[in-house]
Amino acid sequence: MGLEEKIPDGIILATAEKVVNWARKRSTWPFGFGLACCAIEMMSSFGPKYDLSRFGMEVMRASPRQADLMIVAGRVSNKMAPVLKRLYDQMPNPKWVISMGACASCGGIFNNYAILQGVDKIVPVDIYVPGCPPRPEQLIDGIVKLQKLIDQEKLKGDSRQSA
Amino acid sequence: MQTETMTVNLGPQHPATHGVLRVVLELDGEVVIKCTPEVGYLHTGIEKTAEAKLYYKVIPMTDRMDYLAPMSNNLGYCLAVEKLLGVEAPPKAQWARVLLTEITRLNSHLVWLGTHALDIGAMSMLLYVFREREDLLTIYEAVSGQRMMSTYFRIGGLTDDLPSDFEPMVRKVIRTFPVRFDEYENILTNNRIWRNRTVGVGVISKEEAIKSGITGPILRAAGVKHDLRKVRPYSSYEKFDFDIPTQEASDCFARYQVRLEEMRQSLRIIQQAIDGMPEGRYLARVPGVVRPTKEEALFQMEAMIYHFKLVTEGFHPPKGEVYVTIESPKGELGYYIVSDGGTMPYRMRVRPPSFVNISALSKLVVGRLLADVIACIGSVDIVLGEVDR
Repeated sequence: MGLEEKIPDGIILATAEKVVNWARKRSTWPFGFGLACCAIEMMSSFGPKYDLSRFGMEVMRASPRQADLMIVAGRVSNKMAPVLKRLYDQMPNPKWVISMGACASCGGIFNNYAILQGVDKIVPVDIYVPGCPPRPEQLIDGIVKLQKLIDQEKLKGDSRQSA
Repeated sequence: MQTETMTVNLGPQHPATHGVLRVVLELDGEVVIKCTPEVGYLHTGIEKTAEAKLYYKVIPMTDRMDYLAPMSNNLGYCLAVEKLLGVEAPPKAQWARVLLTEITRLNSHLVWLGTHALDIGAMSMLLYVFREREDLLTIYEAVSGQRMMSTYFRIGGLTDDLPSDFEPMVRKVIRTFPVRFDEYENILTNNRIWRNRTVGVGVISKEEAIKSGITGPILRAAGVKHDLRKVRPYSSYEKFDFDIPTQEASDCFARYQVRLEEMRQSLRIIQQAIDGMPEGRYLARVPGVVRPTKEEALFQMEAMIYHFKLVTEGFHPPKGEVYVTIESPKGELGYYIVSDGGTMPYRMRVRPPSFVNISALSKLVVGRLLADVIACIGSVDIVLGEVDR
């Protein structure tokens, strides 16, 4: 009464790329890195009602060295920007970035001297999640879209990750 | 033997600094001898941006300061502008404001409890409090359409009338929450690890606390019975019956006890507010200053003109300055607004409770172990959005 019954006997053929991508997309460890309001909604997504672990995403890592996914949750001030860039550089490849919320994506309502107008000015962003702050459902949707993106990665060649 | 001290950098990326606080610690072995909190990693320039916004357009930005207590920030700002204009919100709006700011207090204290417990090792608390928080956010969403940044209060009243399903939702909270608070106490209060990590940690004397300008639950845990809801009542708080919990020990455990009791008292206030909710308008009727209600703007010619003028031009408050304080979940939250007679604030200054409270951090941790710093930061209950603004 388990997975074994569903799997046919014999061998399964797949490309190495497919297997690697399948493993990567279902065990992406996010970097526990909250900045502002969106971080609270990010915590809600990890909470009991929305339960991100259904998507293999609940293992928050406190260190960038162990993380695959950076969720930039909140506004990035000019003082924080170099710190954020450094943390991104410390993450091992392959790595992905979700820009969560209006502030991280474009500065949001804070079009002023203090806030970086979009985190994509310093790190490459894969998925932008709109909202101020986005609902947990929106973040989950962004994560599911990211998993589809990971599924299409190339192991060799012109893939962004191999660059 | 020659020894030297070590400087350790805690943050700005650290899971237990509640955001992006950076603390520079000087350690002698494992004992803290100097502690310097460095703030500013979330500086958003809200005060400066407010100088270029019409008065009512500042309200959404106040939400994003203390994002765990958005309604309290809305209330402080709206009361300040109302004082400047000489406008008073109608009774229904005042009672709804009291009810919703108390729900905000529950919200803020719950997240505090979860994250503080997570920091010092009790991981399951986070899952409990986020279960409860969803009930509160449903109420937020029902009244304003947004889960967190509600921007529900307006100058002179509320955005809209309370929805019809509001009362059952609030009654559900009043019914279910006391049991859940008991659950928390079962998990934590007599837990040996919890007690070892909090009892006697982060003590600050009563005099020192007053001298440092500390307010809120930390001050009350030091034995000072000071709560602006009683001392200087605003928004009809004088009509509600509730107690101010205090403790004498002034350590992390006392702060935990005070906050837990405050949540129970908040439920008492919510009960009284929902039972005695007055009927009537939710917006004051002051043409030219307070916008008309939605129905009026849609069906009355004059109201529509007022609405149009208010949205495009704004209003001109008299010259002068006001300072209004309220008791936010973290302590005394003050709004100081200078008006030069124009449609935008000439200067807005916020007195955030977290900023003042975190400045006293070194008094809590010097002489203690490094691990106690985490417990102390947690027990102060800071929100960096408010500290840095």
